[in-house]
Amino acid sequence: MTRYILRRLIAMPFLVLGIVTLAFLLTTVTKGDPLTAIVSDRQLNNPEVVAAAKAKWGLDRSLPERYVIYVGNLLTGDMGTSFITRRPVAQDVLYRLPATMELVIAAMAVGATIGISLGVLAAYFRNTAIDHAARFFALFGSSIPVFWLGLALLYVFSVQWGILPGPGRLDARATPPPMVTGFMTVDTLMAGNVRLFLDAVWHLILPAFVLGWAVAGTISRLVRANMLEVLSREFILTARAKGAGEFRVVIRHALRNTLVPTLTVIGYSFAYLLTGAVLTETIFSWPGMGSYAVDAARGLDFPAIIGVTIVGGVIFLITNLLTDIAYVVANPRVRLG
Amino acid sequence: MSAHTPLFEVRDLRVAFGPGGILGEAVRGISLHVDHGEVLGIVGESGSGKSVGMLAALGLQPEGARVSGSVRFKGRELVGLPRRDLRELRGSRIGMIFQDPLSSLNPVMTVGDQIAEAVRLHNRDMSRKAALDRAKDLLALVSIPQPDRRLQQYPHEFSGGMRQRVMIAMAVANDPDLLIADEPTTALDVTVQAQIMDVLADLKQRLKIGLILITHDLGVLAGHADRVAVIYAGQVVEQAGVDDLFARPGHPYTRGLIASIPDMTRMDDRLFSIEGTPPALGHLPSGCAFNPRCTVAQDVCRHLAPQTHVEGDHNATCHFAFQNVVSAA
Ligand SMILES: Nc1ncnc2c1ncn2[C@@H]1O[C@H](COP(=O)(O)OP(=O)(O)OP(=O)(O)O)[C@@H](O)[C@H]1O
Ligand SMILES: [Mg+2]
Repeated sequence: MTRYILRRLIAMPFLVLGIVTLAFLLTTVTKGDPLTAIVSDRQLNNPEVVAAAKAKWGLDRSLPERYVIYVGNLLTGDMGTSFITRRPVAQDVLYRLPATMELVIAAMAVGATIGISLGVLAAYFRNTAIDHAARFFALFGSSIPVFWLGLALLYVFSVQWGILPGPGRLDARATPPPMVTGFMTVDTLMAGNVRLFLDAVWHLILPAFVLGWAVAGTISRLVRANMLEVLSREFILTARAKGAGEFRVVIRHALRNTLVPTLTVIGYSFAYLLTGAVLTETIFSWPGMGSYAVDAARGLDFPAIIGVTIVGGVIFLITNLLTDIAYVVANPRVRLG
Repeated sequence: MSAHTPLFEVRDLRVAFGPGGILGEAVRGISLHVDHGEVLGIVGESGSGKSVGMLAALGLQPEGARVSGSVRFKGRELVGLPRRDLRELRGSRIGMIFQDPLSSLNPVMTVGDQIAEAVRLHNRDMSRKAALDRAKDLLALVSIPQPDRRLQQYPHEFSGGMRQRVMIAMAVANDPDLLIADEPTTALDVTVQAQIMDVLADLKQRLKIGLILITHDLGVLAGHADRVAVIYAGQVVEQAGVDDLFARPGHPYTRGLIASIPDMTRMDDRLFSIEGTPPALGHLPSGCAFNPRCTVAQDVCRHLAPQTHVEGDHNATCHFAFQNVVSAA
């Protein structure tokens, strides 16, 4: 097992380099002149800025030399300056990534919890009203577009009923806590402000649910199918013959045997959540990577686009790696074989 | 019949499938009993209702099955008992082991955890540590070498015979009064079969349990059972002490089963088998269920269900029970 994980870890830097290379090639193909991918249109007439950029990114040199310089800059955390925010892209990312991660993790928690529970219930009570309701919930979640769902739920729960807050991470009148981790739930707690923490959680609910619904649907279908298969296996009879109660039979014996495929689908749903976050963040005015990417794409903010590409790609690689490791760890036959 | 209460007594047990029993009865009124320290063999072809019957007796029938009749354990009626009370009996007073030890063990739990679970389910305040210690002793009891190391392994790391020993250890974890072994050796190699039978015989001696041994091989019962119930199409067609049964089989089906036991001493390897197949669920012939396959069947067998003929402790359900002693072979 260690050998497998080691092999995967060794491969990581090369995969990251692959993403970086792709991103670099992007900078060289845009609009012909690489300068336009580094300096905004408005600044192109400013000789000082242009000269500084040329020197920094080695634009007078050959392509391979520029590649080395580019990678070198990246290694020091320099991804260039955003045309729109005029701040270093790395700084923007550092500020916005935690907001996205908080949303995605919350959505994943919502999706996994609802998905697994529904899947287990649907399997145990197969062909009953519970099963049909779960099937409808899953179908609905995966066929309704995120932006429609987001707007509809916002309208109903926030505008009409007023039981959930509107867009944003905190009440507009509240003063945000000093940024430490960038996770609003964590930072409010670190600031010792429980009321603000609850407000942050309150604001997370709707976007996390909107983003997590489709994932919950996918997971529930998979868990249901796996549970049905496992529940018909003989060791379930053994567990009952031992005197185990139904709850123990279902959770400890059956569900545990569906852990491996479930973990896998949860892990791979991360990529979906990252893409889904783009729309969700836009609807909920969530200051994360998704809305940053949308702004960047709209404004042809190349340094930002490339920064988002690299960071997104690396996150994707890491979650896939973690998923594969979890797969191995959770499966005794693979682990020992 | 003696007046005392048997350890386990089944009377007129019926199991029907389908809504309103529309698919037919897999078990059609089985009656049998077993006492402490006694081995009852149940023999019959595949599909005769052996497993469904014994599982239903413990409330473990498949979903949608309808169970009726009476099952008494130490005088207490089990049919209709609340699920909770049944659970308390299962795994503590009554242990069960199944045919295929690999699929009967949870593949993602260590063997130690699975045995310890059986212990703790019926000893709520026992610590995990104490339960694992007990599991270790149990592995030693069924002669598994290096129990310490084995506890931490998963079922797939065991051989077939060792897995069945684990199942046995789990079934006797709480010193049950009754052990039901459903074809415990069918999935195993011939050499291993004998070992597992020895383990069971040894446990029966040591723990003084009643043992119900289900098999489709009458030969297995020859050296191990005290009494035998022969099941055909969901009914007991003959019941007798084991020696009596072999010496004086009263039912043509039993004679057929005896004739199909592979004989190691005979050099020709032609094996007798009863012609035809047992009736499918819900497709019983009229008269005696065995009549289409019976070599001595008469007209009456095709029209009239036979009565049970009793001769002492020996009974057989056949129009011509104990009459045609000529071997069917
Ligand atoms: N869930 C079910 N639904 C319908 N019929 C069933 C179901 N389970 C078992 N049966 C039927 O019940 C009958 C008895 O099956 P059972 O498993 O008890 O046979 P068996 O004597 O144990 O045979 P084997 O030697 O193969 O284990 C079979 O005809 C089978 O088709
Ligand atoms: Mg069976």
